[in-house]
Amino acid sequence: MCLGIPVKVTELDAGDETGKVDYLGTKVAVNFALLPGLKTGDWVIIHAGFAISRLDEKEARETLEMLREIAQLAEA
Amino acid sequence: MDKVSLELGGGGRTMRDFIARTIVPAFENPRLRELLDASHLPGKIAFTTDSYVVDPIFFPGGDIGTLAVNGTANDLVVAGAVPRFISLALILEEGLPWADLLRILRSVRNASKRAGVEVVTGDTKVVRRGQGDKIYINTSGIGRVIARPRARAARPGDRIIVTGTLGEHSLAILLARGDFGLEAKVRSDCAALTFLLPLWKNGAFWMRDITRGGLATVLSELAGSLSFPLVIEEESIPLSKAARAAAGLLGIDPLYLACEGRAVLAVKEPSAGRVLAVLKKHPLGRRAAVIGRVDRTIGRPGELILRTKAGGLRLLEPLTSELLPRIC
Amino acid sequence: MDLYTDKKTIAALLAKIAALAGRAASPFRIMEVCGTHTMTVHRYGLKALLRRAGIEMISGPGCPVCITPNEFHEAAIRFVTEKENLILATFGDMTRVPTRTGALQAAVPARGSAVRIVYSPEESISLARKEPGKEVVFFGTGFETTIPSIALMARKALEAGLENYSVLAALWIIPPPLRAVLESGEVRLSGFLYPGHVSAIIGTSPYEFVAREFGFPGAVAGFEPADILLGIVSILEQIRDEKPAVANAYARVVRPEGNPAARKIMDETLDLYDAHWRGLGLIPQSGLRLKPEYAGVDAVRKHGLDLRGEAVDLPGCRCGEILRGVIAPPDCRLFGKACSPDAPRGPCMVSFEGACFVHFKYRDVHG
Repeated sequence: MCLGIPVKVTELDAGDETGKVDYLGTKVAVNFALLPGLKTGDWVIIHAGFAISRLDEKEARETLEMLREIAQLAEA
Repeated sequence: MDKVSLELGGGGRTMRDFIARTIVPAFENPRLRELLDASHLPGKIAFTTDSYVVDPIFFPGGDIGTLAVNGTANDLVVAGAVPRFISLALILEEGLPWADLLRILRSVRNASKRAGVEVVTGDTKVVRRGQGDKIYINTSGIGRVIARPRARAARPGDRIIVTGTLGEHSLAILLARGDFGLEAKVRSDCAALTFLLPLWKNGAFWMRDITRGGLATVLSELAGSLSFPLVIEEESIPLSKAARAAAGLLGIDPLYLACEGRAVLAVKEPSAGRVLAVLKKHPLGRRAAVIGRVDRTIGRPGELILRTKAGGLRLLEPLTSELLPRIC
Repeated sequence: MDLYTDKKTIAALLAKIAALAGRAASPFRIMEVCGTHTMTVHRYGLKALLRRAGIEMISGPGCPVCITPNEFHEAAIRFVTEKENLILATFGDMTRVPTRTGALQAAVPARGSAVRIVYSPEESISLARKEPGKEVVFFGTGFETTIPSIALMARKALEAGLENYSVLAALWIIPPPLRAVLESGEVRLSGFLYPGHVSAIIGTSPYEFVAREFGFPGAVAGFEPADILLGIVSILEQIRDEKPAVANAYARVVRPEGNPAARKIMDETLDLYDAHWRGLGLIPQSGLRLKPEYAGVDAVRKHGLDLRGEAVDLPGCRCGEILRGVIAPPDCRLFGKACSPDAPRGPCMVSFEGACFVHFKYRDVHG
């Protein structure tokens, strides 16, 4: 199941291959082997217990900005 | 079907079909056919029964004892009766620690006090180790009828109100079982709904506690008996942070999660504002919200329609197969 | 406020789509090949809203449980009923796919054996460690989103010398069925919505052939309502400008190069092969299986499982046609009547990502 909401890395175990992420205050154990070089505080997308991609915060902001513009233009 | 499956007790279609096609015809009588949460008997007495097989027996926010009292008291409340007396039948597995049994009995006592009921009769059975999972409880309840639920009184404009956030009981159980490796602070919402009783004389004409099958299943039953569609606004459904997290992380739909201390009410339009205000004043009703209404303008009679967060419309189906076993 | 599911923003995007679709004689038909896209479109009631804006969404072969042919399921059933002390660890929906010999969940396991539902491939390894006296086989299926984690578990087990673990996996890759759909010409299409998380792994270049060879526009899209609509806007703009391409409307998650670490694991552990898809038949180089050096954790080789044979769908089941996008679930005579989530006749009604299940659970309003 894709689901895949952005979640925040909160803990990295020794070796950086496993750890925990937080979503709205709920924590879940995740395997980070597919994303070497993660740091706590990074945002990732998870799927069936594995982190599969990092969230690019600049792109995320730009998409939100674009959505805001579209909504505002429509109102005008 | 040649064998009983877990789904038979799941609150989904299999269970509903079993009751309609096997139970009701077997004991054919008009009171049973009504399938109210508590049956109304002569002398303004309401009578109900429920069995509790929850696993694990202790969970954040309660235990099988609290459930056994509140579940039965709530069935009386939503059927229009003041809960007065309950029976307590215990089926114990040989080897159950004495301390656990005492703790559960204390919970029964405390919950009974809060719900205003007395335990007046009961029974104790013990089965061999391995033949019963720690403890099962059955409680039957008797109440004094003060109102009669009338789904058919629904008219366009009447409001649907929930008394609080959805799904915390199911989530507490799920987390306590540790199946998903989730950590969250969730307490069961298990509580007595006796604070709803005055609303029967103040605009509420139908109530249900939101147990197995969740809000979608309970409202489907209401919608099915009406001559107008029900339209629910997804945005207005109160959800706790933990429920939203579980929805996002596990793909669980909160609309199908069982609660043990939440109700959904149908309220006459002129009284809706006042009912909401009364609910919000009570500690158990702080997150009460109007989530929908009886509507004539979209859909067909008998339909339960959801206006989604994005603005699109879809039908809300009752629970088909069991989401989680032994929730209550 | 969450703009991705905000009513005003969604309405504005739909208006933009309607304007781009213009007064076209017939709707633009866009195929998605991801069960989660199917789910989002229906769960939010977007299907009807898009139709009104001139877009018809078609569901393609995007559900891994659905496209896994019954050979795998029947082999798993035979295995657990015949082999003693076996734990078959699998995802819930895999246990309910109906076959000629019933569903896995109804199979009577051999002595000491069991079917266990897990929620991630990692759980199956923990299970093997916890139960040294049992043979643990992870039975899974997936596209490129799930494949790296399954491959990783297989490699981990081999390197750790875990003797009682192996994987029975039906692994499928997304770009080849797109070619098969286009080459068949069976379905009239205007463009493709590409799966967001598969693309997070494989990047955007594997879809280039759709634009270059076949001239069809497409966009990688995420899973919120606004994401899907942004993807559709991009497709319509490509049509307007007559510049078919592979646009990335999910740039916050998908990089053009995808996830190289994940792909490296796949390249090191798996080989491509010509695989049979339910409904689509044999598609060259469309399936993945463990390399010979991983034979020790490959359940097929380790236990001599037989995956041959023309396992057929149950009578009346039109799952194959649904997976090709030729018909929609309501077109099937059994839909909602003889076939429902409680009594499914095919995997499309079993899997939470299956088109039939999604149509059933999130039905359109009539009035």
